[in-house]
Amino acid sequence: MKMKILFSISLLIAISLTVKSQDFTTLNFKELEPTFHLQNDTTYVINFWAMWCKPCVEELPEFEYIRKSYENKKVKVLLVSLDFGAKVEERLSRFLTKKNINAEVVILDDPDANSWIGKVDDKWDGALPATVIYKKKQRKFFARKVTYSELAETIDNLNR
Amino acid sequence: MMKKILFLSFLLISAVAIHAQGYKVGDSATDFKLKNIDGKHISLADYKDAKGFVVIFTCNHCPYAVAYEDRIIDIDKKYKKKGFPVIAINPNDPAVVPGDSFEGMQKRAKEKAFTFPYLFDAKQEVYKNFGATKTPHVYILSKNGKDLKVEYIGTIDNNYKDASKVSTKYVEDAINSLLMNKKPEVTYTKAIGCSIKTKG
Repeated sequence: MKMKILFSISLLIAISLTVKSQDFTTLNFKELEPTFHLQNDTTYVINFWAMWCKPCVEELPEFEYIRKSYENKKVKVLLVSLDFGAKVEERLSRFLTKKNINAEVVILDDPDANSWIGKVDDKWDGALPATVIYKKKQRKFFARKVTYSELAETIDNLNR
Repeated sequence: MMKKILFLSFLLISAVAIHAQGYKVGDSATDFKLKNIDGKHISLADYKDAKGFVVIFTCNHCPYAVAYEDRIIDIDKKYKKKGFPVIAINPNDPAVVPGDSFEGMQKRAKEKAFTFPYLFDAKQEVYKNFGATKTPHVYILSKNGKDLKVEYIGTIDNNYKDASKVSTKYVEDAINSLLMNKKPEVTYTKAIGCSIKTKG
């Protein structure tokens, strides 16, 4: 009996853990847009990526490393996934666990890309990856793969 | 003398910088010669009767490109006979993305029964001339004698995910206008896509 209860409890925990790990917020651009214009003293590092995008996947650890190194400072890393297709949340969850990425991830599901690419940054023409770093009105945009040192330098410059 | 050299280098650098940005709508495009999946080399000049071209930088591996494959075939079927054939070009370096090799292109073209040429930009020069930055990336050209003019740059339509939910077909609208000897209403859009893969 005891064994059975223990088993049920661990099963419940296992299920809730699995469910929790697959819980991503899916947004359209209108819902995501305010995140690019927050006027507080946090520096936001927002990266557009997808699991199938090779340069994106290569630079993911750099963002994770930034998240960790600036953990006690007012720096927020947000990974905006453009993945789509069957079981996207499940695949994302498995991928992030495997790569040990713990930064916040949201899914951007807004297939009229021409309507929002320019709102992320004037200079962005829609090629992945892309990264916006901003604090209040100061802003820097990368339309390419970035390194840890580029990210760190930009964040430090914005906080000088 | 030194000043002159400096000035000339400045001019040269600016010219290179302008060049690197690629075509804008209204620019003249330069013809190219690239190898098709059947091994033959193709130039736009080969198409004596064409009124223009739908040049699409695309590839095998990119999910956006894959999502648009059937729509690209449909555009070719619909507009080739009206004088605007699709010319697809893979700009990626297979050393970076093995799936985008010439053999990979042949395989994909066969699987999907592409109705258009699928050319390999092996030296990665043509995409730079155009200023393409991702796949898929469309350039519609009109032909007047030997002159090729860039009429539209951007995305195919307004829903990369679901063809049945498209409400604006930018490419088709632009060709329809050109067929009526009108300027397209929308000449530039931003296309989402996979960055073109190069070494370095």
